Amino acid sequence: MKLIVEAVITGILTGGTYALMASGLTLVFGVMDIINVGQGALVILGAYLSYLLQRNFHIDLFAGLLITMPSMFILGVLLELALIRPLKRDRTTLSILVTFGIALIIEGILGALFSNNIVQLHAWYVDSTFQVGDYYLAYIYIFGFALSVALLVGLYLLLYRTKFGYSLLASMQNRTAAELIGIDVERVSAITFGIGVALAGAGGMVYGATYAFNPGSLYDLISRLLVIIILGGMGSLRGALIASLGMLVIEDVTTVVWSPVWASTVFFLLLIVFMVVRPRGLFGKLEARKQ
Amino acid sequence: MSKLRIIGLIALVVAFAAFPQVFSNPAVITIAIFTLLYATATTGWNIFSGYTGYIALGHAAFFGVGSYAIALMCLDWHIPGGYIPFLLVPVAGLIAALFAIPIGWISLRTRKHTFVVITIAIFFIMQPMAFNLRSITNGSTGLSLPIPSDWNRGFFNYPFYYAALVMLILAVGVSWWIRNSKYGLGLLAIRDDEDRALGLGVRTGPSKLIAFVISAFFVGMVGALHAYYQESIYPAFAFDPLFDIALALMGFLGGMGTLSGPILGALILEPTQRYFTMQFSSNGYYLIIYGALFLAIILLLPEGIVPTLNKYWGKWKATRHAGGPAEIIEVDTPIGAEGKQSKEGAKP
Repeated sequence: MKLIVEAVITGILTGGTYALMASGLTLVFGVMDIINVGQGALVILGAYLSYLLQRNFHIDLFAGLLITMPSMFILGVLLELALIRPLKRDRTTLSILVTFGIALIIEGILGALFSNNIVQLHAWYVDSTFQVGDYYLAYIYIFGFALSVALLVGLYLLLYRTKFGYSLLASMQNRTAAELIGIDVERVSAITFGIGVALAGAGGMVYGATYAFNPGSLYDLISRLLVIIILGGMGSLRGALIASLGMLVIEDVTTVVWSPVWASTVFFLLLIVFMVVRPRGLFGKLEARKQ
Repeated sequence: MSKLRIIGLIALVVAFAAFPQVFSNPAVITIAIFTLLYATATTGWNIFSGYTGYIALGHAAFFGVGSYAIALMCLDWHIPGGYIPFLLVPVAGLIAALFAIPIGWISLRTRKHTFVVITIAIFFIMQPMAFNLRSITNGSTGLSLPIPSDWNRGFFNYPFYYAALVMLILAVGVSWWIRNSKYGLGLLAIRDDEDRALGLGVRTGPSKLIAFVISAFFVGMVGALHAYYQESIYPAFAFDPLFDIALALMGFLGGMGTLSGPILGALILEPTQRYFTMQFSSNGYYLIIYGALFLAIILLLPEGIVPTLNKYWGKWKATRHAGGPAEIIEVDTPIGAEGKQSKEGAKP
């Protein structure tokens, strides 16, 4: 029983990081109708950027975010301008292929630069632990969770308290109508993609500090993120948050109760159950014809 | 079909059949075998994704199921190397098709966008299962298949080449038959406008599922033959995400939903890919080049080679007959090009 409580706590704490990465993914889908399969690769890229800053310039992981997040944001905007915007027809399908291509290139570059050896980010708060009840937890879990909460609150304020947020929400509801009332949807799209990539960068730092990773980790990550956003309902931020926390808790509990080997298979079973019972996910919109 | 086209078709088959006799270098034949396998897989994939417009990015799962199916059958039934495993290839394809029924049923409950994501997710969950179901798959140690020991090195490639060729002809035949049947028209209608197709009486659900299962059958057969050719399988190679990408890439390069597009795509890309792998065997660079190629194809030629050529061919014919630019050129929609194509015919 105690083990299960512990598993639930770790699940919630790591779930926060996944919420960060998944919210970027689902936001981009909501606004632009594109699925960024490269999100996993971008998370790993963020992790390696933090690793690079720490190794070469001895910059603290959290302070490093002040550099990595803006640069990831710029990278995202550039990717959108160069590769997503030229897609004129059949955007959703082609965007999946394009972002898969981006993921391959990132994996290749990271493999060439850092080799495929497994690395992990280190700092005092990664290596030292504190006691909760009679079990030990690294500080990074708390810090990472706090970071996720802070960034998600920031995202919430950006969406619901600023003019840009309103235009983003409008573009999400109805792209054409948003264009008609004078919103520059193209600009909103570029910035949204940038935000999604920046969130991936921040998530990557926490991911890299809590798990060991190598360029190939992106496949594991993206499969989880995709399952999370399907379960939450594509394009729903609320759904992404709840699904991330829920899935990670379930996974950690499975690890304790059953075996770590089968933990990821639980993702699969839940996906199947959801697809049978409720194909649109927790808060997804019905996919009706778009005309 | 005009007489000219039948003759062309026969000439093409003869050329394919004569290929290994002309180029007897084993390395060349090996590349040719992989090309035929990929052409078959892409043709099979195209029966579902090309015709219905539902892009499946998880067919490597069926490739893997086919591979493991033939390996397990050979091991359990103590089948020696030789010609008998070839007979098991269609059985392995059937097993993959059986797997495709529940997977297709579940994933096809969603519409296009979510569907793509679910196929990817299902693939990524099938892959760890190959690692984790140790009692069946032997985990990461993999399984080995019987080796045809009485075939010498010079002869070894030929049975595989002709088996792959037979599979390709079968796949193209099925693809052609579907393309020209009422059932195929239903699939194309789903691609163009699913709700309208439903309204017009196309039974969209079963149609999609059947196409999905057929495509899984071919991909599973390819997986089986590939496994027998390689003589051993490991989870990482049987369930390879790059295989998903390769199918989509070849389909898109040649032209989705066309008969000859997937073959053309495979003929161009597979040898290129083998070349790059040989040149830049350090994994990283190979991925960069492959990804860049992928982006270039999708951004520059989103419709694929065959539809683009058809468009220009139609334009050229129209101008020649009318003696000036005609209005028929308005075939800008990717779908519009298809209707013309079935009449003018794609060269298989």
